Amino acid sequence: MSTPRFPRLLPLGDASWIVEYGSSIEEAVHERVMGLAQALAVGKARGQWPAIVEWVPAYASVTVHFAADEQGDAALDAATALLALARDTAPLSRPGRRWRLPVCFDAEFAPDLDELARARGLSPQQVVALMIGTAFRVYMLGFQPGFPYMGGLPAALELPRRSTPRTAVPERSLAVAGRMCAVYPWRSPGGWHLLGRVPLALFDATIADDPAWLLPGDEVRWCAVDRATFDEIELGVAAGTLRRRSWLDAAVEDA
Amino acid sequence: MSGALEFVDAGAAVSIQDLGRSGHRAIGVPLAGAADPMLLACANALLAQAPQLAALEVALLGPAVRAVAAPVRLALAGDFAPRLTREDGRVQALSSWRSLTLQPGEVLTPGPCRSGIGYLALAGGAEVPPVLGSRSTYARAGLGGIDGRAPRAGDRLPCAAGHGAQRQAQRAFVHAGGALRVLPGPQDGHFDEEAWALFVHSAWRVTREADRMGLRLEGPVLRHRQGCGADIVSEGVVPGAVQVPGAGQPIVLGVDAQTIGGYAKIATVITADLPRLAHARPGSVLRFRAVARDEALAARREQAAALRDWVRHIEPLRADGEADESALHAGNLISGMIDGARDNMPWD
Repeated sequence: MSTPRFPRLLPLGDASWIVEYGSSIEEAVHERVMGLAQALAVGKARGQWPAIVEWVPAYASVTVHFAADEQGDAALDAATALLALARDTAPLSRPGRRWRLPVCFDAEFAPDLDELARARGLSPQQVVALMIGTAFRVYMLGFQPGFPYMGGLPAALELPRRSTPRTAVPERSLAVAGRMCAVYPWRSPGGWHLLGRVPLALFDATIADDPAWLLPGDEVRWCAVDRATFDEIELGVAAGTLRRRSWLDAAVEDA
Repeated sequence: MSGALEFVDAGAAVSIQDLGRSGHRAIGVPLAGAADPMLLACANALLAQAPQLAALEVALLGPAVRAVAAPVRLALAGDFAPRLTREDGRVQALSSWRSLTLQPGEVLTPGPCRSGIGYLALAGGAEVPPVLGSRSTYARAGLGGIDGRAPRAGDRLPCAAGHGAQRQAQRAFVHAGGALRVLPGPQDGHFDEEAWALFVHSAWRVTREADRMGLRLEGPVLRHRQGCGADIVSEGVVPGAVQVPGAGQPIVLGVDAQTIGGYAKIATVITADLPRLAHARPGSVLRFRAVARDEALAARREQAAALRDWVRHIEPLRADGEADESALHAGNLISGMIDGARDNMPWD
């Protein structure tokens, strides 16, 4: 009997392992990733894995970072147990929280909407309809603090990244590229297509125990808001009167 | 009693750093932190304080700082050419690798850091508010430092006030030279033997695209194996990971690197050699050498021992013509204080 190829450990320097569950972006693989991430969290809470500093779930892997001091090779010592945990842990199929988040598709926020629509033979209205009709899955956070890589973009909207990235993407831009959707929490260079803007801050370091709004495993549905509503929400966010939980998708949660 | 430093000049490539912001990489927050934590520890050791306290990292030109209202103790680790400007305008050249007390109105101008990177430590550490457990500056997301950014002229940086006898290092803390040691992988399998041989046998020139996020290198083209390619499904990365994008020119990630990456990584620099990356500048030449895990651990131990040894050889500042009034005022009180402060230091 041949050994299954996954999961396997790949060395990332002398203090980290990449636990790899596959080499493709698919929900079933990500459910295994989320399973291991949860198992590590549970173990840590019980005082296990003292040498593990943190772990980073991604599309198809969990990167586990160990303390690198002179006491020993903590990563090597834990390798066998980590691989066993990776093999034995069940997938986590239940998604995290389900959100319904506002986005404004007005032209001033959506410089690439017309171009993407044209490139895919759709009207801008059809693009918006596809965006708000899709349940996106947060696979991982990266690129910037709180930047969510969300999968599930309909094939009809698939388009490679811009050949020339913008030097400055405005903060809170909703963007798509390939089969992915994301929001830029900060102004930065970026090559994705900008389709709208979100009136919410997806990362807030002052919420020290929960700075990132979205977490891997969460589900996001977008709802279109007009400019006046966008401004109102933005003001509410600035005044601190809007709680994150008010954007949980109650309809789904109650079902 | 609290003191403060005022920035008379912001310098260049200056940032407040401690040991970084670990524990938040799962939500995309880079580590940041001192690019050379050994030198940060040296600067703090000259003030007989804990190695991780936040200090000013200087990658190009040190900031000119003035003590406000109260005397402030500082220390310099790195190859600086410091000058002290007295209140009456007299200018005095100082040595680096020492502590000093800046009297109110006096200005310290560290000058350029000629050894690539250096640290200006403050007694008690730079008192900016910690953000997610760290004072380290990550300007791209406005985290840490002074309002999430590099210092500007006119900024005030709170710190402890106080006198103390001055101390100096017997020698500069210098990292060993030679090739940067790497562990192969995680995607060394994406490269054939020829590409690997080129990687470890070539001289790699650091291009102008070099900062705390990473160093883009220039050299022979590293070709990916057919069917593997440069792009992988994005996964976690670390400082020191050597990414090879499609054009075959490597990028070594730095302390501000993002937390995930989508390029194949041929190898990863061992932890002990990461501080050396911080000293590379555009035009520097880097080489790589593969080692086994046990050498990576031995290197960490040697490095910790080298730091302890360096700290043991810190001595009272010699009276070498550098009149130090605060030391004269306080000298008879201080030797006992310093010995007391040295107890329980992590390197003892």
